[in-house]
Amino acid sequence: MEKKTRKSIRELPRIIINNDNGIKKLINLRELWQYRDLFWFLVKRDIKTRYAQSIIGVGWAVIQPVFSMIIFTVVFGNIAKIDSEGIPYAIFSYSALVPWTYFSSSLTDSSRSLISSKNLITKVYFPRLVIPIAPVLAKLIDFGISFLILIGMMVWFGIMPSIWAAFIPLFILIMMLTAAGAGMWLTALAIQYRDVQYGSNFFIQLLMYISPVIYPASNVPDKFQLLYALNPMVGVIEGFRAVLLGTHSMPWFYIGVGSASAFVLFISGVLYFRHMERYFADVA
Amino acid sequence: MVDYCIQVSKISKRYRIGLEQQVPDTFVEAITEWVSRPIKNYRRLRKLTQFDNKYSDERDNIVWALRDISFNVKPGEVVGVIGKNGAGKSTLLKVLSRITHPTSGQVELLGRISSLLEVGTGFHPELTGRENIYLNGTILGMTKAEIDLKFEEIVEFSGVKRFIDTPVKFYSSGMRVRLAFSVAAHLEPEILLIDEVLSVGDAAFQKKSLGKMEEVSKEGRTVIFVSHNMGAVRSLCSRGLLLENGTLTKDGDVDQVINYYLSNKDVSTAGRLGWTETDAPQVKELILFGIELLSETGEVRTTFQIDEGFEIRVQYEIREEIRNLRLYLRLKTTMGETVFATYEDTTIREGFNRKPGKYTAICKIPSNLLNDLTYRIFIGFDSPGYKVLIPGKEYLEVDIIDTSDGYRYIKGAFDGPIRPVLKWEVENQ
Repeated sequence: MEKKTRKSIRELPRIIINNDNGIKKLINLRELWQYRDLFWFLVKRDIKTRYAQSIIGVGWAVIQPVFSMIIFTVVFGNIAKIDSEGIPYAIFSYSALVPWTYFSSSLTDSSRSLISSKNLITKVYFPRLVIPIAPVLAKLIDFGISFLILIGMMVWFGIMPSIWAAFIPLFILIMMLTAAGAGMWLTALAIQYRDVQYGSNFFIQLLMYISPVIYPASNVPDKFQLLYALNPMVGVIEGFRAVLLGTHSMPWFYIGVGSASAFVLFISGVLYFRHMERYFADVA
Repeated sequence: MVDYCIQVSKISKRYRIGLEQQVPDTFVEAITEWVSRPIKNYRRLRKLTQFDNKYSDERDNIVWALRDISFNVKPGEVVGVIGKNGAGKSTLLKVLSRITHPTSGQVELLGRISSLLEVGTGFHPELTGRENIYLNGTILGMTKAEIDLKFEEIVEFSGVKRFIDTPVKFYSSGMRVRLAFSVAAHLEPEILLIDEVLSVGDAAFQKKSLGKMEEVSKEGRTVIFVSHNMGAVRSLCSRGLLLENGTLTKDGDVDQVINYYLSNKDVSTAGRLGWTETDAPQVKELILFGIELLSETGEVRTTFQIDEGFEIRVQYEIREEIRNLRLYLRLKTTMGETVFATYEDTTIREGFNRKPGKYTAICKIPSNLLNDLTYRIFIGFDSPGYKVLIPGKEYLEVDIIDTSDGYRYIKGAFDGPIRPVLKWEVENQ
């Protein structure tokens, strides 16, 4: 018995707590792996509780992009007569609204996540990174549902996707990295400066206008194209349109630049979040 | 060589608190204040995480919650941390449980660590009991596989089996606490940190959790236990740590540390509150100067033995004649429930209008009435039918402890908010 206890003590994990902030401590993958179950339960919680006690339930996942599409089609398609690259404006805008709605709602949730988990972070230790990342995964359900509607519309309009549709997972990955990266930045800032929380809704709304949701990216003047492409959602939306609606060939330029900036955003988000993490419980 | 499972070396923790706001007193100042407010706010918020002296000025308020704390804990030791409110006990647990980082110093832990800083953390009202067990369990550091194994046991212990697939929002608060505690009680970390869980729930539940704690500590697990309940600390722990103003002032045998603590309580702030005319709670007609807790021998204290009576003295001054003045006192539990309310009856005895003058109202609390608990003293003044004078507020805390050598099963905290000694007669037929 005695021997057994001794032995197990040596095998125990050793945890060092101090104020160092080395790069090794910044990304502790082993620890994240240990808490993978928590991560999944948080994702599940977000999914299950989102539409709890509502009548339409998951229908809300569809209502937002569909109603936006109807309004956009009337205002921008019929009244302002914005160029929709030769396809019906309804599906032109909806194909952008599906990824856009995912992006904006997961970014909104992610940026609020720390503040709404305040009672958790001041009471229990666990890798804080799971908090802003969980909503980014949970929102994929909504994305999936609104994507099904998009497929239905393509059938209705008789549009065949191209072979390049195999790239859709890449687009999804880019938009997840972007939402998670921006979410980590915003939520880590918002826990200390609440202005960020109040401002981020508005900021996300503005972002829509620098993404090709209501107009095609080709409308942007050439000299701004590089700047424009830095927004990863440009590559995602144009990519969706290219492979599903065949409006143009694969926009490699947007995808390339967008992936790079999504990657930078994500990595810098993780680093900033981890750097600020030790203050969360103190400033929450 | 001894393997310590907790090695704390010289940890300190600094906080910045309540940076004062200046109040403008002219119109021009108000305008400039309004314009410069965002910059000031930015600096103020920034300072929450920055401690360099770049923006520092006189009004900064840095508080050292912990200062150069060092101690080691051997595997299997059960250590009680005691001290007044604000002495740094909770901060110490927060550092040990990695919720917050120390400003300097280092802690080395050997083994998995779990903390029960508040049971039920992360419970979501819309999720069912079952889902909450998994969510809460993983938050506390278990894996799904571990919870699967213990699931039946957890449900059994909680006693809410019938409602396990009902959303927790339909649970009574008692059921919720039982379920939450049940999850926490089935954690199996090598090191367990407990803060005041025993003050949650009713007395029956407290007793159950105390029993569980005892069980846990006998299993050879290392426990760090923070509590105001000296009786619980004494019965659970073998070693005591006393924190005072963020420093570790005593470390040793639990009885010695508790006795030292009880006999050395800082009387001026602990059992007595006093104010001057500028900072006292007051209205035009009335000013509250002080509140004291006095033992039968006339000492100011906050801790009393269960078989010892004490007095609550309230000093006030009536500055203008008041109609129908009523001083009310409520004794509350730390959960905020009123145990009883009582009123100063001078108005009834001496007439409707109270004359100006200085008064001391003394309320005597008899011995053998209160339970082995912490109570709060809530005091207010009004004139019923006319107006509220000084709104009621909790001012002082009083600890009642049972350190008698009584028979162990009828000692300490009983069920219910009070523990009167009643006369029993037993007839043999």
